[in-house]
Amino acid sequence: MASAFFAVLFYLATLAFVVGLLYRINVYARTPAPLKIPTTPAPTTRGGVVLRMAREVVLFESLFKANLWIWSMGWLFHASLALVLLRHLRYFTEPVWGWVALIQPFGLYAGFTMLLGLCGLWVRRLFVERIRYISTPSDHLMLVLLIAIAVSGLLMQFAVHTDVIAVKSFFLGLMRFDIQPLPADVLLAVHLLLVLLLLAIFPFSKLLHAPGVFFSPSRNQADDPREKRHLSGWAKQLESESDK
Amino acid sequence: MSDITAPAYRVIPIIPALKPGAMEGKGPFVASGKINEAIGFPGQLVEDWHDRAIAKMGELLSKYRSLKVYMDACVHCGACSDKCHYFIGTQDPKNMPVARQDLMRSVYRRYFTLPGKLFPKLVGARDLTREVLDEWYNYFHQCSECRRCSVFCPYGIDTAEVTMAAREILDSIGYGQKYSNEIIGKVHKIGNNLGLPGPALGDTLEGLEEDVKDATGFDVRFPIDVKGAEVLLITPSADFFAEPHIDSLIGYAKVFHATGTSWTLSSMASEAGNFGMFIGNYEQLRKIALRIREAALELGVKRIVVGECGHAWRVAYSFWNTLTGVGDGADPNDKFAQMLQKQLDHRYKQPMHICEFTWDLIERNALSFDKEANDKHIITFHDSCNVARGSRMGDFAGGQFDIPRNIIKAVANNFVEMSPETIRERTFCCGGGGGVLTDDLMELRVKGALPRMEVLQQVVDEHGVNFMATICAICKAQFTKMMPIYGFDRRMVGGVHQLVSNAIKLGKE
Repeated sequence: MASAFFAVLFYLATLAFVVGLLYRINVYARTPAPLKIPTTPAPTTRGGVVLRMAREVVLFESLFKANLWIWSMGWLFHASLALVLLRHLRYFTEPVWGWVALIQPFGLYAGFTMLLGLCGLWVRRLFVERIRYISTPSDHLMLVLLIAIAVSGLLMQFAVHTDVIAVKSFFLGLMRFDIQPLPADVLLAVHLLLVLLLLAIFPFSKLLHAPGVFFSPSRNQADDPREKRHLSGWAKQLESESDK
Repeated sequence: MSDITAPAYRVIPIIPALKPGAMEGKGPFVASGKINEAIGFPGQLVEDWHDRAIAKMGELLSKYRSLKVYMDACVHCGACSDKCHYFIGTQDPKNMPVARQDLMRSVYRRYFTLPGKLFPKLVGARDLTREVLDEWYNYFHQCSECRRCSVFCPYGIDTAEVTMAAREILDSIGYGQKYSNEIIGKVHKIGNNLGLPGPALGDTLEGLEEDVKDATGFDVRFPIDVKGAEVLLITPSADFFAEPHIDSLIGYAKVFHATGTSWTLSSMASEAGNFGMFIGNYEQLRKIALRIREAALELGVKRIVVGECGHAWRVAYSFWNTLTGVGDGADPNDKFAQMLQKQLDHRYKQPMHICEFTWDLIERNALSFDKEANDKHIITFHDSCNVARGSRMGDFAGGQFDIPRNIIKAVANNFVEMSPETIRERTFCCGGGGGVLTDDLMELRVKGALPRMEVLQQVVDEHGVNFMATICAICKAQFTKMMPIYGFDRRMVGGVHQLVSNAIKLGKE
C-alpha cells in the first residue's frame, strides 16, 4: 500500500520536475536578448564564454570575488550535493557502474560536508543582519528542507539502517513500472517525502538559479558587439517599420 | 543643498549597519505633464496605473531575457548586499542591490509565479499598491545602473536591467523622472542634452580656436558639419562648455591637429550621451542613437570616434551596431546596416573610443609629448562604471582599463593606483551616473560618492595625489561638485585628454 503511494508520488513529482523545468528552459531560451550586455571584461569568443561559464558553474568564480563565507559554504554544499547525488545512482543502476562504486566512500562522507555547508549558510542567514533582512520565510524553509534531507539520509546510513537492497529494488522496479515493496521505515519515508517535495517545487522556486545561470546574458554573451551586428526579432521589426 | 555634508569616512571599511528608511522619500522630482508628453509618455499617473503597470511588466518579461532570468534566479545569497556605493553611503537596506531588485521581484512573484499567487507571505510576494509604486519610484532612482553588483553575483544578475525595467514601467504609466525625461526632450528638440543650439555651439567652437591659438600659438581647428571629413567626433555636450570637460575637448582637437586628421563635429548629433538607456526605453535609446547614423551618412565620414563619456561609450560600443548599424559584420542582406557599414573604413574599429584613437597613435610614435608639462600632477585614475563593466577598448578583454592608463603614463611621469578593491571592474560609481546627476538628489550623490572619496583620501595621504583623471562627463561633473564637500580642490578631477592636452607637442617651434 505504502509502496504504491510512494510510487505514484514519485511519478507525479518527477513529472512536475521534468515538465516544469523544460517549460522554464523553453521560456528562457525563447525570450529574446535584444542588446549585448555581458558584464565586462568578458570573453570575446564563444570558446571564451564556455570557459567563463564553466568557471562560474564549477568554481563559483563571481561568488569567490564577492564573499568567502558564502563562497566556501555554498561551494562545499553544492560539491557535496553533487557527490551525494552521484553516489545515489547506485540505487538506480544494476549492475552499479564502476565509477559510481569508486566514489561510494567519498559520497558517504559528502553527506556530512553537505550538512556543514548548509548549516554555515543558515547561520549566515540567521545572524548577519543584512542577509536576515533580505531573507523570506521560503529562504529559511529551503535550507531546513535540505538539512532535513541530509540528516535523514545520514541517520539511515550511520544510525538506523534501512534495507537498502529493498529500496534499490523499489527504484529499479519504479523505472520498469513494476512496483516492488518499500521497507516500512519512518526515516526512509521522511527522507523520500522530502526529496519528493524538493523535486516538485524545483521549477517553481529559486532553485531555478540552476538553469538560470546558463541563460544569464551578462555571463553567456561574447563581448563582440563591434565585430558582429546583434539583432533580435522584435528589435528588427522596429527597423523595418521605420526603415531609415 | 549647502546643508548637505559629507558622511564620515569609515575607520575600517567594514559593512555598515542597516538604517531602515534612511533614504525613504528622498527620490527625485517627478516629471511634469509637459515633459512626459513631449517624449510620448502619459503626462500624469494614469487612472488604471495598476493594470497597465502589470501589463507592461509582462511585456518586458517577454521581451528581455535578462529581466526574466534575473527575476527567477536570485537565491538571496547576499553576495551583492554590501557592494553598492549607495548602500555603503546611505545604509538604507533597500539600497542593497538584492533588496532593490526585490522591490520588483516581490511584485513579479505575486502576479507571475504560482507560489506567489498561492502563498504570497511565504515567498515574499506583494500586491502592487500605491505604496509599493512610490517605493519603486524612490529606490529605482537611487540606482546609478553601474553594474558593480553584477560583477559579484554568482548568476550575473544585473540590477541595472531591473532598474531600467522599473523606470520603463513607471514612464509607461505617467510616473517619470523630471531630470532624465527633460533631457531626452532636449536632445530631440535641440540636438544635445544641454540644450545648446547650433549657432551657439558654432560660436563656442570659434572662441575655443582663439583660446587655443592664444595659449599655444597653433591654429588648432574645431570644425563642425564638415562634409567629407574623415572622422566624425561624437562627444558629450558638456565637453563644449563645462569645466573641466572642455580641457579634454581641447585635447582631442590637439591630437587631431598633431596628426593632420580631418575631423568634424555635427550640430545634429552634438551629443554622445543617451539617456534612453537610463530610463530603459528601447525606442528612446534607438531614436537618440539614430541621430549619429544620420549625421554619419549625411557628412559621409569614414570613421566615428567617441569622446570621454562613460554611459555614451557603453551605448556606442555595445549598442550602436544593434541600434544603428555603426559597427561591422552586418549580414549582406541587412540593407539598413550595410548602407552605413559600406561607407565606414573597417581598417579601424567602428565606433572607436578617443582613447583607442590616441593610444594607437602613441604606439605608432605619431605623437610626441613633453611629459614634464604634467609634473605638477600626481595622478590617479578613476575607472568609470559604464566603461569598466559595460564596454571594452582595444583587442583584448580589459583593454578599457589598460589603454587610458597607458595614455596617462605616456604623457605624465607621476601615476599611482587607488586601492585594488576599487579599480578596474571593481570600481565604484562616482555617485552621479544613471540619471541621478541632478540637484534634487544631492544627498544621494554625496553619500554615494563616499566609497570613492575614502580611497582617494588614502592615495592623497600616502602619495600626495592631486589629480584624479577619468573619462566620463558625468564623473567629471559629479566629482567637481563632490570634491569641495569632501574637502578636496574641485580642480582635482579632470579628463585623460586634459593631460594629453598639457603635454602634447603640436609641431616644430
